[in-house]
Amino acid sequence: MILFWAGMLAATTLLYVLLDGFDLGVGILFAFADEPNRRKMLGAISPVWDGNETWLVVTGTVLFGAFPAAYAALLSAFYLPLVLMLCALILRGVAFEFRYKSLGFRWFWDLGFAGGSFVATFIQGMTVGALVEGLPMKDGHYIGGTLGWFSPFAVLCGFGLVLGYSLLGASWLVGKCEGTIRERAYQLLPVLTVAVLAFLATAFVLAVTMHLNLMSRWFERPYLLIFPLIGAISSICLLKSTHWRNDMAPFRFSSLIFLAAFGTLACSFWPFMIPFALTVEQAASPPASLNFIFWGAGLFVMPLTLIYTLVVYRLFRGKVADVGYE
Amino acid sequence: MMWTALLLSRVQFAFTVSFHIIFPSFTIGLAAWLVVLEAFHLFTGKPVYRRLFEFWLRIFGVTFGLGVVSGIVLAFEFGMNWSRLSEVTGPIQGPLLVYESFTAFALEASFFGVLIFGRSRVPPLAYLFSTMMVALGTTFSAFWIMVNNSWMQAPVGYAIENGIFVPTDWKGIIFSPVVWVRFPHMLVAAYLTGAFCVAATGAWYRLRGTYAVEGRLMLRMGLFLATVLVPVQLFLGHLNGDYVHEKQPAKFAAIEGRWHDEQPAGEVLIAIPDEAKEENHFELKIPFLGSLIASMRFDSKEVGLTSFSKEDRPPVGIPFFAFRVMVGSGLLMMAVAWLGSFQLVVDRKKGERLLLWATFLSFPLPFIATLTGWFTAEVGRQPWSVYGALRTADAVTPTLTVPAVMISLTIFITVYLVIFSFGTLYVYRLLRAGPVESEHVRSENSKRPLAVAGSARFPETTQGGNWA
Repeated sequence: MILFWAGMLAATTLLYVLLDGFDLGVGILFAFADEPNRRKMLGAISPVWDGNETWLVVTGTVLFGAFPAAYAALLSAFYLPLVLMLCALILRGVAFEFRYKSLGFRWFWDLGFAGGSFVATFIQGMTVGALVEGLPMKDGHYIGGTLGWFSPFAVLCGFGLVLGYSLLGASWLVGKCEGTIRERAYQLLPVLTVAVLAFLATAFVLAVTMHLNLMSRWFERPYLLIFPLIGAISSICLLKSTHWRNDMAPFRFSSLIFLAAFGTLACSFWPFMIPFALTVEQAASPPASLNFIFWGAGLFVMPLTLIYTLVVYRLFRGKVADVGYE
Repeated sequence: MMWTALLLSRVQFAFTVSFHIIFPSFTIGLAAWLVVLEAFHLFTGKPVYRRLFEFWLRIFGVTFGLGVVSGIVLAFEFGMNWSRLSEVTGPIQGPLLVYESFTAFALEASFFGVLIFGRSRVPPLAYLFSTMMVALGTTFSAFWIMVNNSWMQAPVGYAIENGIFVPTDWKGIIFSPVVWVRFPHMLVAAYLTGAFCVAATGAWYRLRGTYAVEGRLMLRMGLFLATVLVPVQLFLGHLNGDYVHEKQPAKFAAIEGRWHDEQPAGEVLIAIPDEAKEENHFELKIPFLGSLIASMRFDSKEVGLTSFSKEDRPPVGIPFFAFRVMVGSGLLMMAVAWLGSFQLVVDRKKGERLLLWATFLSFPLPFIATLTGWFTAEVGRQPWSVYGALRTADAVTPTLTVPAVMISLTIFITVYLVIFSFGTLYVYRLLRAGPVESEHVRSENSKRPLAVAGSARFPETTQGGNWA
């Protein structure tokens, strides 16, 4: 049961990263577009962004319900960054609606939208970076103080994720839009791909040198190298499809790059939830709790939600129409 | 008073949760109202119901969105500010919140999409069904939250192993009698909020002389519903009092402003409680009534605050006054609803404008009553986070510092005030514009970039479309 919920948590986290990743990425790129293009960019994500963001809530509550010790340690450790991330997500969320209702404050909501997307992304990357580097923990509790998570490596990861989400966002725009947006996204894609790869490689080498026991894991289980390999192949395919202007392909390949990075990370962490401080088993709720959520939420609601997500994406597939805004 | 991380965390949680509850209490009622409108339209075929449906759906969209974003914050605050609480009670509270987010997501988000994009794509009965599912989703959401909070008020079905609260009886937790008086109380509060907002909007249009048909309909439906529901709510409130009397005697004594054991006990109508001197100033008290309300007898002994040691007493002022404001708002609502309904049914002209003004101005009352009701329940639970089992002081994140919570509280207040002001402004504009004809609506909506792939398939994109 612990394994089931650990898998579930990994699945919801990955879904969140891929789905909210592209709309946060579009939000970051939004800053560099003019008004007609901004409308189209919003049009490319507005039917789905809220559903995407709900995966964050689902991930948060699964963590709370199935792994309360990890939930308590992580959320209290990242206190200030999370406050900023939540407020960034709020501002960006209301901007979708408010920028069209506003009479003179559109610039304000646009700032909130692009800035919020950037800040939320940066903080998510930074938290992952801090986790990889290792939080100051004792007996399963965080002891690092208000800024104990801060490090150059964490900041590097923050910028890395900004690049990563921008890559997802640009890939999404290529598939959803026509005209200048598509063209500009195509120009951005190779640059972003190379930048993301450079970041991933740097981060990987830094992480492995920081934790020698991590390095030994990669030597003991060389088959884990399949993940970096998938990432490398996907990147080549992504560059090729960019070259051939194959609109639907870039998003698939950039998702694969994310999947590879996520897999690498998950395998490096296992069996720890918070590296070298709290294992999955230690963090788990008692069986009575895990069973209770399994029989309802795990077995029925989760598959239903997945089906619903698929249906929505099917409903809104294809290009965003170019007409009817002005 | 010392500004500790504990106190600041309490202030922050109180602020964020109070801000949040405004929206669900409105949208739960509004969702039910949308079901009624859609059903009436389907079975009578009158276009006025359709116009009202489209109108209130737009308002629902904006407020629903504000409710969702402010709710996300709460899901994180448990771990951020109350890490000890979430660690030790996580095995019980966590799963309950899992069910909350999952059912809410599955029902609200999915069927809300149909409401916004699906009018032309699904048969009318399926559209009505989707409306019902959205209403059901908001109700379920409230249910799980009430189960969770009721467990904190009167914990049952658990054993403590190694300092962790382990669930032993989920049925006992979910079907606790406390849940089943508090959940209906919250639900009816939401319906009353919806009813008064609808009635007030109707009264506003009548006073302005616009939208005569819609205004009249909203006024009638809102006031008639409130006429029935306010007495029901008072009765449910009484049942809530019974559970507090039985399970949380210290809270009960604080609400009553009763410092010493009394037999028979009087009922303090109004006073200024003085915690330092342990007495009331300017007290207005009715003998015997306290016993009657608490135990349905004239001679019962009722316990006073001094029977509890100081560290087990809740603050007195907030529960005492909040409770009276709540009951006062309830009685005012009853007066408006009954007089207004009476006027609508019998005497059509005399005093009409006065009552219209009263109805128009009554819309803050249900919000005030809901907020003060929660203040009573939550502050009255202190000094416990889980009543009798975990103190609030032991629930807070041990590593939290005063500057950190100062910063977060400032950020939350700033951001919330900004989005609340603009949200209110935009809802006001929608309300002022009124239930305009759909052509009109559409031209305004063409600003929205929701023309998605094959836009011909989604001709009815409306404002407020992207929330779930």
